[in-house]
Amino acid sequence: MSDRAAKTLKGQTGEWEIVIGMEVHAQVLSNAKLFSGAATAFGAEPNSQVSFVDAAMPGMLPVINRFCVEQAIKTGLGLKAKINHRSVFDRKNYFYADLPQGYQISQYKQPVVGEGEVTIDLADGVSVRVGIERLHLEQDAGKSLHDQHPDYSYVDLNRAGVALMEIVTKPHMRSSEEAAAFLRKLRAIVRYLGTCDGNMDEGSMRADVNVSVCRPGGYEKFRETGEFRHLGTRCEIKNVNSMRFIAQAVEYEARRQVDILESGGKIDQETRLFDSKAGETRSMRSKEEAHDYRYFPDPDLLPLEIDQAWIDGIARSLPELPDEKKVRFVGLGLSAYDAAVLVAEKETADYFEAMLAEGAEAKSAANWLNNEVFGRLNRAGLNVATSPVSAAQNAVILALLAENVISGKIAKDLLDIVWSEGGDPRAIVDARGLRQVTDTSAIEAAVDRVIAANPQKVEEAKAKPKLAGWFVGQVMKETGGKANPGVVNALVKSRLGIVDEG
Amino acid sequence: MSDLTEFTLAGARDAVRAKKVSSTELTKAFVSAIEGARTLNAFVTETPDRAIGMAKESDARIARGEARPLEGLPLAIKDLFCTKGVRTTAGSNILNNFVPPYESTVSQNLWDAGAVMLGKTNMDEFAMGSSNETSYYKPVINPWRARNSNQNLVPGGSSGGSAAAVSGNLCLGATGTDTGGSIRQPAAVAGIVGLKPTYGRCSRWGIVAFASSLDQAGPMARTVRDCAILMRHMARVDDKDSTSVDIPVPDYEATLEQGVKGLRVGIPKEYRIDGAPPEIDALWVKGAEWLKSQGAEIVDVSLPHTKYALPAYYIVAPAEASSNLARYDGVRYGHRTKDTVRDLTDLYEKTRAEGFGKEVQRRILIGTYVLSSGYYDAYYTRAQKIRTLIKRDFEQAYEKCDVLLTPATPGPAFALGEKSNDPVSMYLNDVFTVTVNLAGLPGIAVPAGLTENGLPLGLQIIGKAFDEATVLRAGRAIEIVANFTARPHKWWTA
Repeated sequence: MSDRAAKTLKGQTGEWEIVIGMEVHAQVLSNAKLFSGAATAFGAEPNSQVSFVDAAMPGMLPVINRFCVEQAIKTGLGLKAKINHRSVFDRKNYFYADLPQGYQISQYKQPVVGEGEVTIDLADGVSVRVGIERLHLEQDAGKSLHDQHPDYSYVDLNRAGVALMEIVTKPHMRSSEEAAAFLRKLRAIVRYLGTCDGNMDEGSMRADVNVSVCRPGGYEKFRETGEFRHLGTRCEIKNVNSMRFIAQAVEYEARRQVDILESGGKIDQETRLFDSKAGETRSMRSKEEAHDYRYFPDPDLLPLEIDQAWIDGIARSLPELPDEKKVRFVGLGLSAYDAAVLVAEKETADYFEAMLAEGAEAKSAANWLNNEVFGRLNRAGLNVATSPVSAAQNAVILALLAENVISGKIAKDLLDIVWSEGGDPRAIVDARGLRQVTDTSAIEAAVDRVIAANPQKVEEAKAKPKLAGWFVGQVMKETGGKANPGVVNALVKSRLGIVDEG
Repeated sequence: MSDLTEFTLAGARDAVRAKKVSSTELTKAFVSAIEGARTLNAFVTETPDRAIGMAKESDARIARGEARPLEGLPLAIKDLFCTKGVRTTAGSNILNNFVPPYESTVSQNLWDAGAVMLGKTNMDEFAMGSSNETSYYKPVINPWRARNSNQNLVPGGSSGGSAAAVSGNLCLGATGTDTGGSIRQPAAVAGIVGLKPTYGRCSRWGIVAFASSLDQAGPMARTVRDCAILMRHMARVDDKDSTSVDIPVPDYEATLEQGVKGLRVGIPKEYRIDGAPPEIDALWVKGAEWLKSQGAEIVDVSLPHTKYALPAYYIVAPAEASSNLARYDGVRYGHRTKDTVRDLTDLYEKTRAEGFGKEVQRRILIGTYVLSSGYYDAYYTRAQKIRTLIKRDFEQAYEKCDVLLTPATPGPAFALGEKSNDPVSMYLNDVFTVTVNLAGLPGIAVPAGLTENGLPLGLQIIGKAFDEATVLRAGRAIEIVANFTARPHKWWTA
């Protein structure tokens, strides 16, 4: 693992390598906020989900929501990470209108989750391990609305106090593809766990990307020694909120840094904002302008004590995660590629497994989904969750195929019918006379008709047995696709006197 | 009793319960006493209508035989406790006209026990001060004056309004809060009893925060018994305050008279400080003799890190305050500048410059400084280490004794303006009390004597964590022997 060829960036003075780390903010799936009982539903009326604690009224105190802690532990276990038995909430102090307390309650020196790892699968079949540095719990801020009034800014505090998990990786990614693959994998894990809905459009998952460039070999030295001096100066790119933007932002930023270095400049450690419209990153604030957050332990909250029994209980309730599921699917006869495709999204894996539960055979179900269903869904802009054809309907279609009731060609037609009209595939087959013809005499008659009508082709086929396929196609056409292709094939060959080799 | 305001809380309770006096009569007596004492400026907000309404309800309950433990007893509430529908200022302009839509847990506990609210007492702004001079609502005047003097004295602080109200018979008792001595120091210089319970004993929910790891509510009253009664009904574990502690609250009054026979009383040698008036030391020696005369055993103990307590306190408390007071930004409630503002930062700067007084600004600046990157370890981390050492000092002392006896303050009430331009001299007022907050322990100040000029002085009993019962019992023993019967003469009613 992780012995992939480094992807290099060509500059005028030689080659450069990219090093990427990420900080992902994942909103905890929870009905209540991290330190207040207020609701967390997305899209509610502005300021309708705000408690006195969230509004930082005088004398209000935070009380930790046990469920949010459980979600963080669960996520930590999903990241194969160390759960810290004791962690501390700190105050991160800064002033902003959408931060009512004037500080964010976060975890600074002692996070709830320590080191872990995520395995990402790259397109060429290579797997790479990305180290997780830590995961900590913190409050989200509210939202400032600057476009509602010519003179005033408005503040919506519905999001203020909502629980976030900040997941920090080690600088273990080496290309924009790896960065995107990491985020996809992380998203899949939290969605499998049910700890975050991973919805990037609604902002429930947001990524900041740290990018630096170094000369070939620097990264390896860093991995050997753990010394950051072997890497270049990094810039943090904020607010990269889609997979596509991550790739764009990394590519742009790496090129920008190479250009600066090659023209004799140096990289300033700074925070940059990704402008998705312009496809570029822009300086937000330099290291000198960086806030002094004056972190200190929040005296309103006791240290978070987590005993092993609680962790063990959560570990026992952990669902099967993508990596394990993939191994199991391969055990069912799927190729590694097919298994990876199926487990990438929890809904897809669930859909596939629902088909198996309805009796479908694994390999043919996977082929059917990959060859027929996913393409149709993509073209229609749908996904398995919004698919017009249910897993059960697909399973019936595959059963009809397996029972030789319909041919492969009819199966595809049948899928189209069920797609647009719905209904029980078996009933549709009966009502529309789609059963394949297995009656040999009827097929024989059709074969004979085709042979009689094409004497020239018969001669050619005798010399070139591959042409038998042309006859099979003609017979299928003659029978409206309902003839059993196996039977047709055998009959054609026997009539033409072709002997199967091997 | 001809003047109903002369009642102790226990006395009034018994009289009301026996229907010798109605709560309404009692309450009206205090309402008019408050009106007649506006010179003292003890109250920021008087709530006479609410008081009489609550008193009538109490009388109705008493008539139905449904009296609760504090039924119909009029109290004053420090203006740091949020009171639902009643303006709560924390002594600050920035909360001028802030009316909370919720009631603090401690005050709610008192109302649930039947008590009547007379109003909100004046205090140092955000409880930062030892003389009540930092209040936006003007200083409180101590009911006590030196013999043959017309000079106005401070009532101590920050719970100076509560101390003056109790001392001047404007209420039966009052709530205070104590972060570094804000109950005990004003109690001592106003000749009343003030108890700061163990950190975690009272819920902090709904009390405007100053320094969260030190703030604790407690009772102020004219007798130890009255404090014992109030303490029982203020304390309660609260799931809205993660730092409140679930330890049963005993009936402190029931054990009050058990005496100090066999009790080991520690005398910490480090509390003898240079420059303190000799009468403070003399009173301390006397206090030890009083306890000994009642059967207590006097032991010498050492609290070696005492001298670091005040500096550590003036790092920890401002650090927490700088963060706790960040929420007063003019955005959601409280004062907002009427000036035109360029941007959000300008709004913050103008609002906070107008809203906070000098002392509060000073502490926010100190707190911001000590938490800053590069200074944090030198100040905040070291102060926390000292805090741990001070806690350990007490633990080691308690291996040899059950309670400690110390002076409550380094001197009597001083004149208005005498120390207000010298913050360090002002901070020294808390020299005997801050250690207790840093260690989270209970402490009581009990009036024990008068200076040569006729001003009250107090002694302090410090106890083990959650052992308020013993603290009160020892305080009661001092009260008995000290026989402190002096009262301020009511010059303000003239």
